[in-house]
Amino acid sequence: MSSLGNQKDSSASPANPAAEVILRATGLAVAYGAVEAVRNLDLEVAAGEIVVLLGANGAGKSSMLNAIVGLSPRVGGSITFEGHDITRKSTEMIVRSGISLVPEGRRLFSNMTVRENLRLGGAALGLAEFEREFERLHDLFPILRKRADSQAGLLSGGEQQQVAIARALVGRPRLLLLDEPSLGLAPIIVNRVFEIIEELRRRKVTILLVEQNAERALKIADRGYVMSNGVVEAAGRAADLQTSAIENAYLGTAGA
Amino acid sequence: MELMLQQLINAVSLGSIYALVALGVAIVFSILRLANFAHGELMTVAGYTLYATLLAGVHWLLAAVAAIAASVIAALLLERVAYRRLRSANPLTLLITSFAVSVALQSLFLLFFGARPKGIELPAFVDAGFRIGQLRVQWLDVFIIVITGLIVLSLHLFLKKTVIGLALRSAADDFRTTRLMGIKANAVVVGAFMLSGALAGIAALFYFATVPNVVPSSGFEPMLKGFIACVIGGLGSLPAAVVGGFLLAFLEVGSDAILSNSLSPYLDAIVFGIAIILLRWRPGGLFGVRMTEDLRV
Ligand SMILES: Nc1ncnc2c1ncn2[C@@H]1O[C@H](COP(=O)(O)OP(=O)(O)OP(=O)(O)O)[C@@H](O)[C@H]1O
Ligand SMILES: [Mg+2]
Repeated sequence: MSSLGNQKDSSASPANPAAEVILRATGLAVAYGAVEAVRNLDLEVAAGEIVVLLGANGAGKSSMLNAIVGLSPRVGGSITFEGHDITRKSTEMIVRSGISLVPEGRRLFSNMTVRENLRLGGAALGLAEFEREFERLHDLFPILRKRADSQAGLLSGGEQQQVAIARALVGRPRLLLLDEPSLGLAPIIVNRVFEIIEELRRRKVTILLVEQNAERALKIADRGYVMSNGVVEAAGRAADLQTSAIENAYLGTAGA
Repeated sequence: MELMLQQLINAVSLGSIYALVALGVAIVFSILRLANFAHGELMTVAGYTLYATLLAGVHWLLAAVAAIAASVIAALLLERVAYRRLRSANPLTLLITSFAVSVALQSLFLLFFGARPKGIELPAFVDAGFRIGQLRVQWLDVFIIVITGLIVLSLHLFLKKTVIGLALRSAADDFRTTRLMGIKANAVVVGAFMLSGALAGIAALFYFATVPNVVPSSGFEPMLKGFIACVIGGLGSLPAAVVGGFLLAFLEVGSDAILSNSLSPYLDAIVFGIAIILLRWRPGGLFGVRMTEDLRV
């Protein structure tokens, strides 16, 4: 752990110093009653970056993402987005200000159609604008054309994940939060999900990604944070975050 | 044959009223898991408004609009004053609050209007009708059935085609994720209460056209019927509420036609008994839907 401790200060800031930091969490704490899920967490994301948040089950990753959009109970710290303090804003106002979350388990509106799900993702758009954005997503998600009128709950897991990502993108967020998009998917479908993330990177979408699949996530990310028991154990450029350090976080302290 | 047709018209007309009440109850329940017993008092508000405006000589059409507006406003006030703070309270608290609100409103009516029934001066056309052979059809029934049909159809289109309609549906399914779409929780809840109030107002118009006097507790019976319709159909689902309303009316009219006169005082007990048997067979209602537990708004 000691070798990583000093890494934290030097590399917790963006890979490209010129890029503007758009999301900054400072001393963030989340607690569910007596359960402290996140403690004193600092995190930054710069425009155009892909940042990955790693950690074992129960490390506090989802709590962290949810805290950004105001869905989990924050008990301390602050969050700014594009220079504005969003710490006390409601979820809907945070989303409207340009942050979109694809929640763990996708959470599609299962008895509504694919198109209806996307319409809600673009709720703030007028109909014509929505149609344009919907069309625009077709090349990245061919599924949207094929299954537009299918009930979302009847799609396969991989298809649902694509719809969930598309639903988060249709409102043109400037920061996309992805919570374990590959969870529970067959390996070949996982490939597809990572392809999509890479394509989003080419399109300059800023992404904060939570993943269990550390190796693959570090391959596409610029930087990473490794969480364990609610705190950041290691942080740095993706290339520098050795697998051993991650294994430590997953199997060592986190197992306790 | 004529008698059968007559009963059929009665059942469809009564079912229309029940369906409208049940829809109003179901919209709020589906989103907030709140059994709003004060839904009946929204109808009573419309009833007293109808009474007061018609007494003052206002044209019936205007009086009808005023009555609907009054129950919409009452619904919005209920949400703001009574229910908003309790949105994340546990179901039992909500249930008790809603019951208390209903009783409090009845006391308020008693204070303002007294216990004596207020007769509503219905326009003459309400009693008018026409004959097809032996069959006498009241225009009122035709109105009730046609207008209810139009309301159910436009509600369906509204929920299917507009963003706020979609949001009402998605909030009923998963409120947290609906907020993740950038949709304001308050807007959804206020929208639900507005719709519910409008449906209560329209149902009240039809109800008081058939029972033309208001007392403080007038809303109780139709509210109870609306709830039973919801439960028969499956709580939380709007189509189920409509079907439940018509089913309840058919049960009532059917039992009334079959039972001898000596049993008719027990009609409600018999109908509720049948409903209970039905629920033992299908506890979730005929079209029971899955309920998600996380309702915390
Ligand atoms: N709604 C909740 N109520 C109470 N405790 C919770 C709640 N959500 C999460 N926790 C607890 O907070 C801690 C962190 O959970 P969290 O879901 O953030 O972890 P995670 O890193 O996303 O895990 P996973 O990889 O399993 O998704 C865990 O101990 C969990 O049990
Ligand atoms: Mg998680």
